[in-house]
Amino acid sequence: MPAALELKAVHKSFGKTAIINGVDLAIEKGERHAVIGPNGAGKSTLFNLISGRFPLSTGNILLDGQDITGLAPNEINRRGLARSFQITNIFAKLSVYENIRCAVMWSMGYRYSFWKRVAGLRDVADRAQSIVDMINLGRRRDTLAGVLSYAELRALEIGVTIAGGANVILLDEPTAGMSNTETADAVALIRNVTQGKTLVMVEHDMSVVFGLADRISVLVYGQVIATGTPEEIRSNKAVQEAYLGTEATEESE
Amino acid sequence: MAYQPPPLIHRKRLLTWGLTAAVLIVMPLIFKQSFALSMMSQMGIAIIFALSYNMLLGQTGMLSFGHAVYFGLGAFFSVHALNAVGAGNFHWPVTLLPLIGGVAGLFFGVIFGYVTTKHSGTPFAMISLGIAEMVAACSLMFPTFFGGEGGISTDRVVGNAVMGITFGPSIQVYYLIAGWCFVCMVAMYALTQTPLGRMANAVRDNAERARFVGYNPTHVRYMMLMLSSFFAGIAGALAAINYELVTAENVGVVASGNVLLMSFIGGIGHFFGPIIGAMLVTFIQSALSNYTLAWLLYFGLFFLVMILFAPGGIASLITLHKPAWEVAQVRKLVPSYIVAGLAGAVLLVGVISLIEMIYQVETKAEQSGTEMSLFGIGFDAATVMPWVVSVCILFVGALLLWMASRYVRSSWTQVAAVINARRSA
Repeated sequence: MPAALELKAVHKSFGKTAIINGVDLAIEKGERHAVIGPNGAGKSTLFNLISGRFPLSTGNILLDGQDITGLAPNEINRRGLARSFQITNIFAKLSVYENIRCAVMWSMGYRYSFWKRVAGLRDVADRAQSIVDMINLGRRRDTLAGVLSYAELRALEIGVTIAGGANVILLDEPTAGMSNTETADAVALIRNVTQGKTLVMVEHDMSVVFGLADRISVLVYGQVIATGTPEEIRSNKAVQEAYLGTEATEESE
Repeated sequence: MAYQPPPLIHRKRLLTWGLTAAVLIVMPLIFKQSFALSMMSQMGIAIIFALSYNMLLGQTGMLSFGHAVYFGLGAFFSVHALNAVGAGNFHWPVTLLPLIGGVAGLFFGVIFGYVTTKHSGTPFAMISLGIAEMVAACSLMFPTFFGGEGGISTDRVVGNAVMGITFGPSIQVYYLIAGWCFVCMVAMYALTQTPLGRMANAVRDNAERARFVGYNPTHVRYMMLMLSSFFAGIAGALAAINYELVTAENVGVVASGNVLLMSFIGGIGHFFGPIIGAMLVTFIQSALSNYTLAWLLYFGLFFLVMILFAPGGIASLITLHKPAWEVAQVRKLVPSYIVAGLAGAVLLVGVISLIEMIYQVETKAEQSGTEMSLFGIGFDAATVMPWVVSVCILFVGALLLWMASRYVRSSWTQVAAVINARRSA
């Protein structure tokens, strides 16, 4: 069985600066995988490469055994990979419900049709409503997304990401900037909405990472220096030196 | 909890469209003068054109400076078709001539849109301007098709009368335009309620995110532009029938700018905004130009004031009152609005006096001297007194308006308190 997501010798340079420097990574189906690393290690860039936002310099990315290198983001999305953004990236002048509805339409086959009435599509409405309920925004269903609170926006961000039913979900710092209770809610939500799916996430909050991930990869200067279970990572000497050391100085800032 | 789709036709929708149709039918029975009739015909054309423009600007977030290209080319193809029908070379009912204009508009939308919609934002705006200039230049290079400076004229009365309809009398042309206007309004509204229409809004808000939910924003923009050029072509064909003349001006940048002003003044954020804008701007342009040479200046001032104080257009001023209406508080605002209206009128009198006196002295003095009359008062603009009085009126008006605006604000504060109280209850 092919891996859900596989990166083979992925390189990315901006000009002469190499940001991603030969990453090999295989993520199995149904796995919850966290990518951690100090600031500037290239975690967000890695997500941008996987999701097609930036082109690779060299290397290959396989989704479910199929090569998706060089495809446009919309094509990658149609093949079953969806991502969220670190800085919330939704449709601000549409309601919560409409945001979700836009995110489910393609996957349900309605594409660019202009001869069907959106309100008449039962399957779209049922699915959109179930997602709105799942992300606990039922009460805010008809509120414009632009006026939601921060935690609600982050929940909507996750909702828009998972709505299309993609099998591989990439979440970029889903709990960034949240209070402890909000983080706990977000973790429960992520656990819930990614059941039976493959999850890859970038996260800074170590309690979230160690609580949620089956396996962890540590990215330092564009290279994966270790991949393993949380226990293996915790006891890994190279990780402690390279990563946790930096984390300590970060916290002291 | 299974979802029940709302019925396609429900009471509110039936009421809205029924009322719209009734207004279209009844208007010429109330305003029978030929001046009013020709203005209403122009309004109908402008409504279709402005709504088609707003499919780009308001719904998809594409600022086009060249939408008249599709309107004008639709008009030129229709006028040639009409002439061919008149010469007996081609059989096509005049009632369906707008379809030819629409298809011509669509055809050029397919071609030009393929190029323009590769980009969004400022590059899109610039390319649309480039295409508008290119087509305008072509219109002078190919006089056989575009008719050179004089344009192409036609006679809309062709063939035999069907049930007494020849489209000779302008009332028949009005009803032709009104009928097409109604159909186009319904069609363009319906389009906003489809998957493509919803995704157009999503692309407007955040084109990048649209990609990450599976949609190609370029494709969404391209489809919206093609459909919008179809409706623009219909409007162009109706203009060809109405004026029996199509000139290079119809494809020009000025015409493109005009439809932008209409949509903006009406309000691009609401479906009905451009309808209001098209009616108002047409009214200002044809009514005001009868009264004063300075009408363009007034129009410019009006646009400036709208952009400064109501950037969402007239539609946003209307929807602003919806929450107050729902809690039956609008009547609390009315007194302050009346006061502000009166103060505004005083200010306007000052502005108009000054502008008209400047016009009298600068442009009309050689022919008719400096004697003039305004608001029924005769005076000599070459003396100091009228200027002093006008400036005083202007300042008093400005002061009154400033005070009135505080009154409006305090009224709104009270109403907002009621709205908030109801909401939290």
